[in-house]
Amino acid sequence: MKRYQQMFNRLNSEGRGAFVPFVTIGDPTSALSFEIIKTLIDAGADALELGIAFSDPIADGPTIQGANIRALAAGVTPAISFELISKIRAYHATIPIGLLLYSNLVMARGIDNFYAKAAAAGVDSVLIADVPLHESKLFRQSAVKHDIAPIFIVPPNVDDDDLREIASYGRGYTYLLSRAGVTGAETVAAMPTSELIARIRSYNPAPPLLGFGISTPAHVKDAIHSGAAGAISGSAIVKLIEQHQNEPATLLAQLKQFVSNMKAAT
Amino acid sequence: MSELKLNPYFGQYGGMFVPQLLVPALKQLEQAYVDALEDPAFHAEFQQLLTEYAGRPTPLTLCRNISPNPLVKIYLKREDLLHGGAHKTNQVLGQALLTKRMGKKEVIAETGAGQHGVATALACALLGLKCRIYMGAKDIDRQQPNVFRMKLMGATVIPVTSGSGTLKDAVNEAMRDWSATYDSTHYMLGTAAGPHPFPTIVRDFQKMIGEEAKQQILQAEGKLPDAVIACVGGGSNAIGMFADFIAEEGVKLIGVEPGGKGINTHQHGAALSTGSYGILHGAYTAIMQTSDGQIEESYSISAGLDYPAVGPQHTHLQQTGRAEYVAINDDEALAAFQQLAKSEGIIPALESSHALAYALKLAAQATEPTVLLVNLSGRGDKDLAHVHSVLAGGSL
Repeated sequence: MKRYQQMFNRLNSEGRGAFVPFVTIGDPTSALSFEIIKTLIDAGADALELGIAFSDPIADGPTIQGANIRALAAGVTPAISFELISKIRAYHATIPIGLLLYSNLVMARGIDNFYAKAAAAGVDSVLIADVPLHESKLFRQSAVKHDIAPIFIVPPNVDDDDLREIASYGRGYTYLLSRAGVTGAETVAAMPTSELIARIRSYNPAPPLLGFGISTPAHVKDAIHSGAAGAISGSAIVKLIEQHQNEPATLLAQLKQFVSNMKAAT
Repeated sequence: MSELKLNPYFGQYGGMFVPQLLVPALKQLEQAYVDALEDPAFHAEFQQLLTEYAGRPTPLTLCRNISPNPLVKIYLKREDLLHGGAHKTNQVLGQALLTKRMGKKEVIAETGAGQHGVATALACALLGLKCRIYMGAKDIDRQQPNVFRMKLMGATVIPVTSGSGTLKDAVNEAMRDWSATYDSTHYMLGTAAGPHPFPTIVRDFQKMIGEEAKQQILQAEGKLPDAVIACVGGGSNAIGMFADFIAEEGVKLIGVEPGGKGINTHQHGAALSTGSYGILHGAYTAIMQTSDGQIEESYSISAGLDYPAVGPQHTHLQQTGRAEYVAINDDEALAAFQQLAKSEGIIPALESSHALAYALKLAAQATEPTVLLVNLSGRGDKDLAHVHSVLAGGSL
């Protein structure tokens, strides 16, 4: 998890924010997914947020549900996902790699076993979409034991007690939700006020990255302007995969363009 | 954030595994429930709705003809006679009152067979709430009369095509909706499953089933029954029936899961019979899953039991040995459905037919005088077209 620290140190010295793309591992196939993720890195991603496909992604809107369905249909399992992550880690030694997934995949073969595998594959952080703070104990303890940063979500309706706990348990970065609802570019990000981010930062949590509804360079710029340490964009990228899944060359070219535009806004 | 007021766990099962965003909404609901419990006006209004609107208490009927064994008496708790056609009406009236106490004007719900959707629609019509109901596209096809009932009562029915297009996917969609609308909207979950506090609230709003039945059978028999039997999908009618008998150790509690085409096939909905545990829809409980933790699609002839998980208190009752869970397959349930119609003039829901089928099995084996209490959780009107087509197809 020290890769996040190194990334934020570098960005701070450059006076810039982070751009973090999200994709579901194995969408639309394992082979193409590897090319996609390499393209994201080459185009300037500061860190990666990667989903492991799940049958019932209740925090995701239709776009990322589609990514889960495509990966599952392509036979992508958690084991295959970890293999792919190992290849990405081999491709790039220092980029922070975060996992975003659902609790039942972490539980299925034992929580500790999951974090051990994640660590072995070169993962830096794990965010479990359906584990809120007060259910997080076993997960975060196992994460820290394996030197993986447990990531917590700060929703717009966060209160001070939760902020205090998030600051105390979270490592790596803090996932700041731009708005209520599920993932998706259909509902655009609502920019948090600088007051909210200042209040969050006053608890000294891991640096906040803004996610949900981030789909344009202007969103990235606004997020950083409001005081976030960067922005995460998922559905806009997955939408490109959905549209061009059968024309890999076009897809990779468009992804490269998208990521470099978003990074340029940091 | 404030601590929880009630224990979210039954033994090690249950909990509140939802996105952080939804935690305040669940805590608000818990607080509203705790406050309501202490408010005599709430109890009075709930009671009045149950008696004057829904038709409680429901009768207890001693079957005259169906028992295969003269040693065995089979009693039916007649939730089929409740307004709305099933036990579902009980708890939606309670949740609708909580909705109003929270100052919310809209309701979302999921439905499988359509019974919870119908119950939600009627409660919302009665109490002036606006409702939208998520229903799997496949379930909409097999439960047309209930879809029409919901619409007649002013509900919006939203088809869910993602996943398998059944109850599980309807729950997913309802939770997605709620994560954007919790400020103004209550999620009226339909069974004693899902995240805390739903398993507790739904049980408490259904437990009059067992309380009434206990008094009624004591009056009829002068003693408690030997066994209480109820079908289990998510498990609300069963937990409502069991709750008041849990402390009565001489009474066997038997939950009957949908065995579908056989629990050795993958086509069933018997989560407790699989012995596999995990997290689905907010609770750690028995679920149907692959070794990787992907949720499996359940199957049952009965849409109301077609769900790959079960309420966490049932998992706890199974683990502690207090209740026993068995499976009845489609054919056995269909046979019981027809048998009750022919011998007693009562057409049961396919869901409830599972419980009855197991009672008939037990009765046939009894060697001493036995009293069985079966929760007839709903009536079969909604199933007529489906059963008719199955029987015409010659699958029996």
